[in-house]
Amino acid sequence: MAERSSATRRTLWLVLSLVFAFLYIPIAVLVALSFNEGGLPTAWSGFSLKWYASLAGNSAILSAALNTLIVALVSTAIATLLGTLLAIGIEMRRQYGKGLEALIFAPMIIPDIVLAIALLSFFSMLDVTMGLHTIILAHVVFNLAFVCSVVRARLKSFDWSIVEASADLGAPAITTFRRVTLPVILPAVIAGALLAFTLSVDEFIIAFFTAGAGRASTTLPMQIYAMIRFGITPEINALATIVMAVSITALTLSQRFNRGVIGQ
Amino acid sequence: MTQPSRSSLLMAPALAWLTALMVVPCALVLALAFFRRGTYGGVEYTFTLENFGLVFDPLYAGIFLNSARIAGTATLIAVIIGYAAAYAIAAAPRRLQPVLLFFAVLPFWSNYLIRTYAWIVLLNREGLITQLLRWFGYTGEPPSMLYTEGAVIAGLVYNYLPFVILACYAPLSRLNPELAEASRDLGASAVTTFRRVVLPLTVPGIAAGAVFVFVLSIGNFVTPALLGGGRFQMIGNLVYDQFLTANDWPFGAALAMALIAIMLLVLMAQALLADRAAGRAAEARGGADG
Repeated sequence: MAERSSATRRTLWLVLSLVFAFLYIPIAVLVALSFNEGGLPTAWSGFSLKWYASLAGNSAILSAALNTLIVALVSTAIATLLGTLLAIGIEMRRQYGKGLEALIFAPMIIPDIVLAIALLSFFSMLDVTMGLHTIILAHVVFNLAFVCSVVRARLKSFDWSIVEASADLGAPAITTFRRVTLPVILPAVIAGALLAFTLSVDEFIIAFFTAGAGRASTTLPMQIYAMIRFGITPEINALATIVMAVSITALTLSQRFNRGVIGQ
Repeated sequence: MTQPSRSSLLMAPALAWLTALMVVPCALVLALAFFRRGTYGGVEYTFTLENFGLVFDPLYAGIFLNSARIAGTATLIAVIIGYAAAYAIAAAPRRLQPVLLFFAVLPFWSNYLIRTYAWIVLLNREGLITQLLRWFGYTGEPPSMLYTEGAVIAGLVYNYLPFVILACYAPLSRLNPELAEASRDLGASAVTTFRRVVLPLTVPGIAAGAVFVFVLSIGNFVTPALLGGGRFQMIGNLVYDQFLTANDWPFGAALAMALIAIMLLVLMAQALLADRAAGRAAEARGGADG
C-alpha cells in the first residue's frame, strides 16, 4: 500500500484521530474529573487530590479492594498452574478432538450471565455457602482458559525433540520441565498470569452471582456497580482512575512479556 | 510413562475443573429449564416444556427481538467504525502499526463498568455534552440522552469496538497489495477494487468481529441496566430478573438456553462465512501466482 494520494492519507489519519478521540475522551474525562476539586463535571474548580484522600478513608471500598486482591491473586495462581499444565498436555499430544478444543474455548465465549446463573444454581443445589471461595472457584474457570491459550501460542513453535533429548540423556521428567520446557514458556506463563489477574480484577457479573448474601464478600466491581446504581459520588472517579491504572499496567506488562516471546 | 498418558495426566486437573465448574453447572441449567417453578419460588421436579413455550410468548419474544435489534445496530455501527479504523492502521507506516493497534485495544482491557460509567458522565442531563452545548450558546432544556436506546447502543459500540478493530486488522494487514494494484491496473476504480477485491478477502475478520459484538451485546446485562436505566430490557436483564428478583429459576434457565442457542447459530453462520472466504482467498492466491 505504498502509493496513496496525500488526500487519501489525510483521510486515513482523520479516521484514526476520530476513532482514538472516541476511545479515549470518555476515559480522559473521568481521569480529569477525579482531580477536580468540586468533583462535578459542571465546572473545573481547581486541582485537588481530596477524592483520593477520601477513598483512603472509605472502609467499604478498602475492604472491597482487599477482597478483589484476594480473589484475583488466588484465582490467578490456580489458573496459571492448571492452564499451563493443560497447554503443555495438549501441545504434547499434537492431535486432539474437536470436543476438547470446544471445551477449552467455551469459557472464553460463554455469556457471563449464563455461567453466572449456572454456578449460582450449582452452588445452591449443593448447599455450598457462597463467599470469596466460590468467586475464586468461578474465576479460575475462565482464567485458566486464557492462560492456556497464551501458553499454547508459545508452544506452537516449541521443538519437542529437545525434551526427548533431555530424557534420553537421563534427566528425570521434572528436571526436564524445570531446565528445558519452563525457561522457554516462562514469558508466556507470566503474560498469561497478568492477563488472568486483569480479567479477575475487572470481572463483575460472575462475582455478583457467586458472592452469596451479605456485604462480606463484596468485590471492587460489585462496589463500583452499587455506587453507580445507587448514588454517584465524586469518589468514584478517583476509584475508576486507580482501577484503570492497575489493569492497564498489568496488561502493558503482559504485552511486554509476550513481545519478548515473539522476539525470540 | 508413555507420551499420551503423561499428556492426559497434565491435562487432567484443568479438565476436571472445567467439567465440575462449567460443564456440570451448564448441564444443570439445561435440566432446570425442563422443570416447573415451585409455588413459593423453588423448583418442582416435574417435567414440563412450558418454560420454552413461555420464551415464545409475545411478551418475551418481543424482548428477544428488541435485544436482537439493539445488538444488531450496535454490531453494524461497531463494524463500520472498526473496519475503517483497522484499514487506517493497516495503511499506516509499518513500524507505527503495532503501537496504534496496542492503543486501539488498550481501553478494552480496562474495567467494563468504568467504561460504561464514563458514558453516564458524558450523557447525563448535566453531563459533559450538555455543558459543551451550553458553552456553544445553547440555552434550551438539557437534551435527554441517558436512559435511551441510543445510549445503550453507544455504550455497546464503545465497549466492543477495540475487538472489531483487532479482528479486522488481521486480514487487512495480511492482504497482498499486488492484488489491489492488479485490480487498478485492469481499470477498476478504487471503489470497485475495494468492493470486489479487498472487502471479500477480509470478510473473515469482519465476521469474527461482528459475531463477538453481537454475542456479547445480546447477552449483555450491565449496559442496559446502567445506560438504559432499566427501561430497555434485554435478554441478559431478563435472565437476571428470573434468578434474582422473580425467583423463577426454571424460566430463567430456559431463557439462558435460548441465549446459548442464538449464540451457537451465530457462531455456525460465522464458520460458514469463514469457510467460503477461505475458498475465495485460495482462488485469489492461485490467480495471483499464475
